Amino acid sequence: MSTYLTKRLLYMIIILFGASLLIFCLYASTPGDFITGNIKLTAERKAELREIYGLNKPVLERYGLWMKNALHGDFGYSLAQQKPVLQLFNDYIWNSFLLAAVSTFLTWVIAVIIGVVSAYKQYSWFDTLVMVAIFAAMSLPSFFIGLFLIKILAVDLKWLPPGGIITTGSNATGWEYIKEVVRHMALPVIVMTLLGLGSLTRYFRSNMIDVLRQDYIRTARAKGLRERKVLFTHALRNALLPAITLVGFELPALFGGSLIIEKIFNWPGIGQLYMQSFGLRDYPLLMGFTMFIAILTVIGTLLSDLLYRIADPRVRLQ
Amino acid sequence: MAVNSSLAPVRRAGAASGRSSLFRQSVRRLLHNKLAMSGFVVVLFMFALCFVGPLFSPYTDNKINMAMMNKAPGLKHWLGTDALGRDILTRVMQAGRISLTVGLASMVLSVFIGALLGAVAGYYRGVADQIIMRVADLLLTIPGLPLLFIFGALLSEWKIPTDYRMYIVMLMLSIVNWPGMARMVRGQMLSLREREFMQAAVVLGLRDRRKLFNHLLPNIIPLLIVMATLNIGGAILSESVLSFFGLGVMPPTPTWGNMIDAANNMIDFQQRPWLWIPPGLSIFATVIAINIFGDGLRDVLDPKQKR
Repeated sequence: MSTYLTKRLLYMIIILFGASLLIFCLYASTPGDFITGNIKLTAERKAELREIYGLNKPVLERYGLWMKNALHGDFGYSLAQQKPVLQLFNDYIWNSFLLAAVSTFLTWVIAVIIGVVSAYKQYSWFDTLVMVAIFAAMSLPSFFIGLFLIKILAVDLKWLPPGGIITTGSNATGWEYIKEVVRHMALPVIVMTLLGLGSLTRYFRSNMIDVLRQDYIRTARAKGLRERKVLFTHALRNALLPAITLVGFELPALFGGSLIIEKIFNWPGIGQLYMQSFGLRDYPLLMGFTMFIAILTVIGTLLSDLLYRIADPRVRLQ
Repeated sequence: MAVNSSLAPVRRAGAASGRSSLFRQSVRRLLHNKLAMSGFVVVLFMFALCFVGPLFSPYTDNKINMAMMNKAPGLKHWLGTDALGRDILTRVMQAGRISLTVGLASMVLSVFIGALLGAVAGYYRGVADQIIMRVADLLLTIPGLPLLFIFGALLSEWKIPTDYRMYIVMLMLSIVNWPGMARMVRGQMLSLREREFMQAAVVLGLRDRRKLFNHLLPNIIPLLIVMATLNIGGAILSESVLSFFGLGVMPPTPTWGNMIDAANNMIDFQQRPWLWIPPGLSIFATVIAINIFGDGLRDVLDPKQKR
């Protein structure tokens, strides 16, 4: 186990180094920089600023510098906002986390319930309906469904606010503030839940179907246990356990925000911050964000593999 | 065991015609799957609509017609007109041509690259495997959307003529999609190469090329077909996201994604939903039909992979 872990961690570090180099080179070759876009500056001032920010050095030298600072926990300054990148992340990430946590929780609860019921009633009309709904959820273009719901629920019916986290100019505090945020959250959470629901419901449904066919379920029924007990104690537990391996894969989505949803709903999260900075070519922030997601992805994968072993001790890690 | 009884007559029919009947069996089972067939019909309909439909439209020249600006859907223009007086229905059909072509072509490319590299990695193992899979791991580590955004920005910088952008977009999508495909194929290869029939192939002294193309690849073709089908839907979705954010295929070439871009304009979004809802629904209908059909295909061709 410990040799496995060492090997994995070593490989993770190498992959992350590779990823950082690739990310840096890609952003370095992206056209334009923060200074070019500013039309107020004279040519001399631009050259001067490039000198200060070190943008005129060769790519590899800049990479070395960036990496050196990154290893010391310093991802540089955002050029547009003049704040350290990590501090900006801290400012925005919790908004993203709020959205992601609530919708992930809802997705899991709904997916378990629907998945289990439709597996139990396989081939019924309810099951067929669920299957079609699953495909529908899996085929939704995220930005379109977002716009569509804004149009219907916010613009036409005026039930919910169309975007943002609080009403513009509002200075509500305490309980009022919470109520306002919840109202603004509703639409993006609905969309994110819808988008995640398809594949997860499908996963639980097929898990449950597999489990219900096992011999121990037949044994439980043959013993004369009540159906409820068979279903909830014997079947459900075994159907749910493998899902803990998915927890790791949720990690990037939980903290990395959602570029499209946050942009559409104007939610002040880290995804929206990225989209803004992409237009401004605020490289330190863009690189920091991409690297951050890469790190989360790698950690999430490792977490999944380890949890997999806990869920199923027969699995050998090598 | 409904499956067995339904197979019996099929087998007899196959024997009577004197040809291998595995393919026919699969087709017959697919034809019996109502959900999958309805998906297939919708896909066919969308293709027919986009590729044949414009021939029947009087508005294909996309002439700017100021008299007919921003008209709501009516008898003359079934889905209304846009700010330049162009017919929306015709544009949706023409955009569909591009979107479907991009989806199909990028699928072919990523399946080709993924299958080839995955097969080489899984079959030869060793150094080739190490190199290919490490590159795949690297690409899978970097989030896909930012990667596509960077490529999109690069395209604009290189001043690629808008006519050619769609080809580059296909390439971009394939670059992001092949690693997953390669990983899948490699896994299959690793298990197939240890089977008895491959040992027989070794004993017979067959050349590598023959082992790969005549004995191993045919065994993963069902998996490839299923992956490819499901991949088209994903590619259409990715293309629409990119074009919506102005980083994919650009106007005047219409695609479903960049037509929805109209929703970025406050007035068009609130008061002229006919500009952006039809392309959105087209994406949705096409992708859901492809996914349903792909899932039916999986049931028939690759029952073990059923999740």
